[in-house]
Amino acid sequence: MTAETEAASTAAVKTAGAAPGASWHHRHLLDLDVVSWPEIELIMRTTDEMKGILARPIRKVPALNGRRVTTLFYEASTRTRVSFETAARNLSADVVSVSTATSSVTKGESLVDTIRTLEALGAEILVMRHSVSGAPYLAADIFGGHVLNGGDGWHAHPTQALLDLYTMRQHLHGGDLHGRKVAIVGDILHSRVARSNVWSLTAAGADLWLCGPATLLRGMDRWAAAWAGGAIPGHGRFHVTSDVNEALRDADVVMALRIQRERMQGGLLPSLREYAARFGINAQRVALARPDAIVMHPGPMNEGVEIAPDVATSGRAVITEQVTNGVAVRMALLYLLAGSHDPAHSGEAGR
Amino acid sequence: MTDRQIMTDDEIRRAIVRISHEIVEKQAGTQGLALVGIQRRGVPLARRIADAIEEHERVRVPVGALDITFYRDDLSLVAQQPIVKGTDLPFDLNGTTIVLVDDVLYTGRTVRCAMDALIDFGRPRAIRLAVLIDRGHRELPIRADHVGKNVPTSREEIVKVHVAETDGRDEVSIARQARAEEPATAGNQ
Repeated sequence: MTAETEAASTAAVKTAGAAPGASWHHRHLLDLDVVSWPEIELIMRTTDEMKGILARPIRKVPALNGRRVTTLFYEASTRTRVSFETAARNLSADVVSVSTATSSVTKGESLVDTIRTLEALGAEILVMRHSVSGAPYLAADIFGGHVLNGGDGWHAHPTQALLDLYTMRQHLHGGDLHGRKVAIVGDILHSRVARSNVWSLTAAGADLWLCGPATLLRGMDRWAAAWAGGAIPGHGRFHVTSDVNEALRDADVVMALRIQRERMQGGLLPSLREYAARFGINAQRVALARPDAIVMHPGPMNEGVEIAPDVATSGRAVITEQVTNGVAVRMALLYLLAGSHDPAHSGEAGR
Repeated sequence: MTDRQIMTDDEIRRAIVRISHEIVEKQAGTQGLALVGIQRRGVPLARRIADAIEEHERVRVPVGALDITFYRDDLSLVAQQPIVKGTDLPFDLNGTTIVLVDDVLYTGRTVRCAMDALIDFGRPRAIRLAVLIDRGHRELPIRADHVGKNVPTSREEIVKVHVAETDGRDEVSIARQARAEEPATAGNQ
């Protein structure tokens, strides 16, 4: 450590670094499809350290002192937004929070103009949620700093998938998901959480099962079939089924997804009650899984629909741990992104 | 570049034994004393000092490890992400005399970070500093209480500390950098 500081303090700045193992090269985090397994493991290790900070009497380190993090949420959110803002503050970053309901977006300002304005106001790291899939990719094209996807449409929610992975590793013996059965049950069709989890869990070698009513699995079977032959290097196959018993049998992890009422137009479900009866995660269904299986939910929960209240509060549920781990994972990502080398901005990054 | 040896394994061993005596003498015993090594090479050095103290005082003083990555003020200057190596302080810092242990004292910035980090864990009675090598060129008003060897250097030189625990052998050598851009090795990471 002395030596790294030595190098950085002299003109010979470039002599620092070159540590063994993976290093972080991504300027943005938009989805996990372009993040390699060694990079995911680097995120997991960095998250371990962040958990250590959260366990201290003073939960704050000066790592991002003076760096400016802006959250721009075009969609309602409490946990993701608060989680990102807490994470940024724990790293001593300056946090600006833009809520579109009270911003010029209501006056018709476009996404591009809003992002240019935020950049002109000094934003360096932009955490963004948008109801349109792909919106953060547009943002990354025009924004000079780093973009972190906090969820876009049905497409991706990479930080949720990473906190899910971290939580599973904490609970599975040896921290290895290889060959362990993970069942994700619910509204797969509209779920950016499921899509990002497909990338991380197949990279981890998990035996992944996506389960829901056929109307809420549309297109997934084609995706699964395309992958079955090993089409994507580094990613294993996954299964799609409408048979909830098959999905849950001997599962190590049971993850219920929220039935998204706001996206539920066009008669995809006969009724919420029928969904709860046929697919809801209740005590009888959890009994099909392994005795030490954990139950997860990305929140917010509709208790009594996709998950029974007694399951959500049982000893197997790790739902509040997911929330706590979310802060640590987001700290790790903010830290890694802020330190990623960005030639275009290296001039002003020196503070 | 050529390496010039400045400390042999025997010299390192003697320096550690002497520092262990100095620490106990200054504290007038081992009561309320703890050693904290700065990652990475400060950690094995701290353990060795604790071993030496145990040998002549028959008391095991607590040893911790401190990672200062998140306290550095140069995150945006380093070309590659620093890898975090872990902090482990298995004792209560409040009211303890902490001896920070590191391999090389140079600009003093690492030690400043380490003091910031320590204070986030509690309120030590005092913080002292023990280093194997003091090579000068301080950029902050920091001074070591216990020094293995003072080595006058130029800024173009690199001090390489090897310890058996991580590098397979005990040796301190000094090298002249061929070019500023050349990636440093081992002791200088």
